[in-house]
Amino acid sequence: MEKNTKNIIVFAEQVDQQITPVAFELLGKARELAEKIEAEVVAVLLGWQVGHLAQELFSYGAHRVILCDHPQLEQYRTEPYTAAFSAVIAQLKPQIALYGATSIGRDLAPRIAGRIHTGLTADCTGLEIEAETQRFLMTRPAFGGNLMATIVCPDHLPAMATVRPGVMVKRLPDPSASGELINFDLDLVENQLYTKILEVIKKETSTKQNIQDARILVAGGRGMKSAEGFQILQDLADALGGEVASSRAVVDAGWRDKSGQVGQTGKTVRPNLYIACGISGAIQHIAGMEESDFIIAINSDSSAPIFRIADVGIVGDVFKIVPKLTAAIQRKNQ
Amino acid sequence: MNIVVCIKQVPDTKEVRIDPVKGTLIRQGVPSIMNPDDKSALEAALRLKDQKGARVIALSMGPLQADTVLREALAMGVDEAYLISDGAFGGADTWATSSTLAAAISKLDYDLVLTGRQAIDGDTAQVGPEIAEHLGIPHISYAEEIRIEGDTVVVKRQFEDRYQILSAKMPVLITALSELNQPRYMTPGGIFSAFREKEVARWTRADIPIDDANIGLKGSPTRVIATYPKQMKEPGTKIETGVDESVQYLLEKLKEKYIL
Repeated sequence: MEKNTKNIIVFAEQVDQQITPVAFELLGKARELAEKIEAEVVAVLLGWQVGHLAQELFSYGAHRVILCDHPQLEQYRTEPYTAAFSAVIAQLKPQIALYGATSIGRDLAPRIAGRIHTGLTADCTGLEIEAETQRFLMTRPAFGGNLMATIVCPDHLPAMATVRPGVMVKRLPDPSASGELINFDLDLVENQLYTKILEVIKKETSTKQNIQDARILVAGGRGMKSAEGFQILQDLADALGGEVASSRAVVDAGWRDKSGQVGQTGKTVRPNLYIACGISGAIQHIAGMEESDFIIAINSDSSAPIFRIADVGIVGDVFKIVPKLTAAIQRKNQ
Repeated sequence: MNIVVCIKQVPDTKEVRIDPVKGTLIRQGVPSIMNPDDKSALEAALRLKDQKGARVIALSMGPLQADTVLREALAMGVDEAYLISDGAFGGADTWATSSTLAAAISKLDYDLVLTGRQAIDGDTAQVGPEIAEHLGIPHISYAEEIRIEGDTVVVKRQFEDRYQILSAKMPVLITALSELNQPRYMTPGGIFSAFREKEVARWTRADIPIDDANIGLKGSPTRVIATYPKQMKEPGTKIETGVDESVQYLLEKLKEKYIL
């Protein structure tokens, strides 16, 4: 059998020795693409003393894992990560490189694109191989989500894309999956491009879990009138075993922190149930939640755009409807 | 200290509408504004000027109309403004845009380069880091606070669940979040002098020291091959009735979906 030399590489982002979930989503997508172009999926894991994370990457679909284990890579910094990942690309010459559109991926990928001179498409929501031409098509929203654009990178390798967390679907993990783990030798020497980390401050968040992991989300917008207005949403979320999210307007007003923000400049979510309360439904918000399985919207304005995408729309006062709904659910729970 | 700030004129995407028949952007009547993150970068530069004394230079690449955002920058208090405008630069993706801007910046004397994190028409967040790479200087993106200590910048850098306090020796490029500050307004005197007395210098192709292979559409590794309006899903049922009926209806729906 001829040895397959085509590769799709995935940046296996880890923070504090935990793989960022979007890396698993990318592996799922990469496997799908790899079948079409007969390529191997290679996860590239950067960090310090993180070799034990390789098994998880195999279980989510990596054929091979390249491990760059180096003290300089313990915490994310642009330069050592760029140098290491660029070195891997130089050796592997992959067709495609994928990164999560996290605040790390969106910092690292452009720096690499600049260094190795290739194209990069940001925040993709669709990736596919065109059947007739075998071209790699990258689709992303533009103009604040008003327009979708399909982009190719014809003459430079690898074609690179960042992908929003929560958009691609990860495979069911196969704990028995195995693959080749390759230690990549690195010589990282500090130079003028290195920054120094003086301090790390963890953020305090109002949500208990990442809203992208929640099965049920109760989201509030400007219609909740104040930070205190969110209490009835918290009560409903608690009764349903869900989490509270919000629109951007609410974050801008200082009522909720950014960790719970859904939309173009926040997070993309696809829960089983999304209840939008007092959210008018700006296109930027819809872009972040329209893939939810079932959408309920409650809004007093019957012309609110959120009703255009809601499976069930209730025209009415959230402050009257939500507490009664919560009470009814609590009675059923007992 | 010399600070270069890159700003972009963008359509206000909150006002953008799609022609439902042709599926194209309706640009008519959509106001052009200074990109919000860039405005915060500009404000950060002006605050450093107020605190420490600095020469602030605003730079924009775009069509001739982008003159307006540079006048606005002058009215806010920048010392010099340059507009890079030439058909040869048209159609540039982030790679070609950043190569062009880096070549322009390399003509200037700079200690600090500030850009917005991302522009609201493209949302890529790529141009800042790519400029830094072309200039061979470090960059720090997603800045929420900026401090200067001697020849070093100290930046509070935002991540999803944490902040890093990072330091780097100048020259360095920083990309600003709109959380960084509240940009100042133009003063009446500033507006008068920006439009009547001050000049926006124009740089064309001949003024930028860069290879043809790295500019415009030809210098762009990526190509947009199709654009289309976003497909909206079909609306479901909308009911407008009393509170109790609404609650009852929701309970039934939640049961149907096996949520209750």
